[in-house]
Amino acid sequence: MSMGSSIGQGHLSVTEKLMLISWPFLLLLVMVAGVGFISLYSAAGGNIDPWAGKHAVRFALGMCGIIVVSLIDIRIWMKLAYPIYVLGIALLIYVDIRGHIGMGAQRWISLGFLQLQPSEVMKIALVLALARFFHGSTVEDVRNPLFLLAPLVLVGLPAMFVMFQPDLGTAMTILMVATAIFFLAGVSYWMFGVVLAGGVALLPVAWHFLHDYQKRRVLVFLNPENDPLGAGYHITQSKIALGSGGITGKGFLQGSQSHLNFLPEKQTDFIFTLFTEEWGLVGGISLMALFAMIIVYGYFIAMNCQNKFARLLSMGVVVNFFVYIFINMGMVMGLLPVVGVPLPMISYGGTAMLSVMFGFGLLMSAHVHRDIKFTSG
Amino acid sequence: MERRKEFTRRALMLGAGKVFVFGVLASRLAYLQVIEQKKFQMLSDKNRISLRLLPAQRGEIMDRFGVPLAINRQDFRAFLVPEQSNNVEDVIARLSRLIPISEDEKKEILFGIGKHRPFMPILVKENLTWDDMAKVELNLPDLAGVSMAEGQIRSYPLGAATAHIIGYVGRVSKVELTNDPVMSIPGFRIGKTGVEKKYDTVLQGEVGRIQAEVNVVGREIRELTRTESKKGHRLTLTLDAGLQMQCQEYIARETSAAAVVMDVNNGEVYALCSHPSFNPNLFSSGLPADLWEELLANPAKPLNNKAVAGQYPPGSTFKMVTALAGLESGVMDASTRVYCPGHYILGKSKFHCWKSQGHGSVDMVTALRESCDTFFYEIGKRVGIDGIAKVAHRLGLGERLGFDVPGESRGMMPNRAWKRKRYGQKWQQGETLISAIGQGYVLTTPLQLATMTARLVNGGKAVKPILVRSIEDEGNKIHEWSSMGFRKAHLDFIRKGMMEVVNDRRGTAYSSRLSEEPYSMGGKTGTSQVRRITQAQRDAGIKNEDLPWKFRHHALFVGYAPVDKPKYAVAVIVEHGVGGATAAAPIARDILLAVQKRDPRKNRTVDIPKEEKSL
Repeated sequence: MSMGSSIGQGHLSVTEKLMLISWPFLLLLVMVAGVGFISLYSAAGGNIDPWAGKHAVRFALGMCGIIVVSLIDIRIWMKLAYPIYVLGIALLIYVDIRGHIGMGAQRWISLGFLQLQPSEVMKIALVLALARFFHGSTVEDVRNPLFLLAPLVLVGLPAMFVMFQPDLGTAMTILMVATAIFFLAGVSYWMFGVVLAGGVALLPVAWHFLHDYQKRRVLVFLNPENDPLGAGYHITQSKIALGSGGITGKGFLQGSQSHLNFLPEKQTDFIFTLFTEEWGLVGGISLMALFAMIIVYGYFIAMNCQNKFARLLSMGVVVNFFVYIFINMGMVMGLLPVVGVPLPMISYGGTAMLSVMFGFGLLMSAHVHRDIKFTSG
Repeated sequence: MERRKEFTRRALMLGAGKVFVFGVLASRLAYLQVIEQKKFQMLSDKNRISLRLLPAQRGEIMDRFGVPLAINRQDFRAFLVPEQSNNVEDVIARLSRLIPISEDEKKEILFGIGKHRPFMPILVKENLTWDDMAKVELNLPDLAGVSMAEGQIRSYPLGAATAHIIGYVGRVSKVELTNDPVMSIPGFRIGKTGVEKKYDTVLQGEVGRIQAEVNVVGREIRELTRTESKKGHRLTLTLDAGLQMQCQEYIARETSAAAVVMDVNNGEVYALCSHPSFNPNLFSSGLPADLWEELLANPAKPLNNKAVAGQYPPGSTFKMVTALAGLESGVMDASTRVYCPGHYILGKSKFHCWKSQGHGSVDMVTALRESCDTFFYEIGKRVGIDGIAKVAHRLGLGERLGFDVPGESRGMMPNRAWKRKRYGQKWQQGETLISAIGQGYVLTTPLQLATMTARLVNGGKAVKPILVRSIEDEGNKIHEWSSMGFRKAHLDFIRKGMMEVVNDRRGTAYSSRLSEEPYSMGGKTGTSQVRRITQAQRDAGIKNEDLPWKFRHHALFVGYAPVDKPKYAVAVIVEHGVGGATAAAPIARDILLAVQKRDPRKNRTVDIPKEEKSL
């Protein structure tokens, strides 16, 4: 594989690169992580331990990571795209096999300081791989269904492994992100129509393969009040906490639902509920505005990239971030089934945050190296 | 460049989708937090706050002089917190070696544990003595989860003597269960009979409330607010405890009897007894099943308050009603005489006088004194049943008097309309005759008879029996009763007759006269048939006392004292006591003597400061 010619910022010094990093964007990340910090502080009943402190440390590490990643040439990332993908698949297979051997449905690998969830790593790895694949494709290529077989396998493999873990939420996220990249890569509209129709037709079959608890979650989502103390408990309690917050919220550290343990998983998947119970509609909308600004910013970065890999990569990272937010918020507000997807940068949990921040690092690298033009051989 | 444009177009389409999704999320958030905010706020408060009730002390019941009739005695209770003991059954078994716990109780405890959350204390045993408590306390290290606490148990110092009138408290039964959360307090008791039932809401007081913040499993995290309970109101009755005990003792000479003593002017009831009685203290601590069966099986019905619920034909005690009806209607006067040959002929029927050889020519006073039936047959015939019934109702018979004890019977005062309605039949004149001497359909309660007597001797005032003097310190109500409009001369004639019943040598109750100076009394005997006397029995000369107990006549006496200025009225019924003069009159005499000696009307100074204030 040979890289094409490069013009302009092909040989920037580290200082020049640092100057090119979009610091306002990083400031937005700091603000979001700040919301995460105060929410976790509140979740622990006004304590740094056990969550808020670690969250801050991880974020600081993540920020360093963003800067390091952004300094690495985008072409190197393109070279590493497939190796990272293969590594991701290997890790997924590893946890799946280990799960079958008898350690239960453990989805992570303990690295001591952090419990690595391969499925989170896989999301970014897939974005990298797809961006890499479509980088060299022509308009004619993507119109050809046979050409799309290879990227479909790229998507299908991790989606299948994650599904078997079983982790429905992450599998859904992977499929949504992949679809967005296919769409941006120029795949014909009619193909999406065919896949959508096929998907709907296969729904009953898919239903058959779902685990009982997954089926129950879907059913409960459709009618949570039927089962207020059982499986519908999470949704009902989350809505109570959120709704009782009102416009201005109950005040910092005053979220009775969360503090009295009515709210499950308050430090992870239901952190948005805790935040809006205490800060109300005002807080909730403000946080959504912050997220929106990050996404819009990401759009601008993607649009300004001079090469296709960077554009697709940037958009993939942004879409991934967006899908997290969409699924998590939809879930806690009772619009989507409870599937176990964290709210990025806010929920407690190492891998999700590091994976999102690694993505932002790649985005920043694309930004720093935006004027490099290259084609793959 | 075409590719670049295509990418931008598609990115913008994707962006539009994101804007849409964010719009949906924001709207949903606004919907939950603004439009549905109230609903969720409510649910949230419910989630968070649990209400715990603190039992209120029950108000005491006192007699008119401050003698306690119902009080709260301290007891000790054993509780068990299931989550604190590893093996509940084992702990209960060990506990039962120290304090008696029956198999039934064990079952109930285990059932209770299954129903409640494991951190809620379960009542294991109440009414424990200090010794029991000490034994358990000493062994607490071996009894994980067990704790002792003080409680209150209702106690009745006079026991059986006030059982019917005060009643007793007990656990809430399924029928009595309402939505009132008070009922869920462990060991909560409710008034079951008597004043305890009638004044339950007054005595109960107000429960205290603890609002506590709880977590998802209901465990208390901290108290938010605490409202202490308010003790129930103290009830002061018109009863004189001393007199009550004496009366109970007097009527206990017979198998089954009841007595009522009341003030003729203000209606205050000084004593109200029913025999046989029972020990109400056993009820508040939990009555053993065999004892309950025994009480139910007893033919003398110890659980019935015969003074207010028992209905008896008044017999000759009804003759004052017939006499007053005769005088008031003008069909006779004090000088009207009737010849008594020992029976009265109406058409083809023969109505017997109790004295088969006859009283000869009698006027009203004589007829009352000697209880001549023939005279009242004649008067009854002249007045007619409707006239008699009207006067009977005015004197308080055949209707409830609104007494402060539940279970008051109405009695029965028949008239033409009633019979038509009840049986669809015409009233027969013969029925008027037997009604005129208080037999047939006529039924009265001892309370009604005492009231009737009071109204006859108080100058015709419509007095009603009163039992509650004051609630807490609200002060005594002085009851004033208006005149019923009987002519004083008529009432005086009747009183003269009643005076002679006791004080004239020829009177039916002369043997029960009050000889002790300066006390005096008047009254009227009554003997009412439980069963018709058959001609065969009459011919064979079978004496009533030879019949089985339940077929014997009831013995009645109504009386008043003193003679010249009546203050007290009494009614005594001895079930199957055979003769009013022999069984009921002596009891009435003893009661009237006792009440005059005690003179509860006088506001005696008693060594209870609170009472002095309210008196």
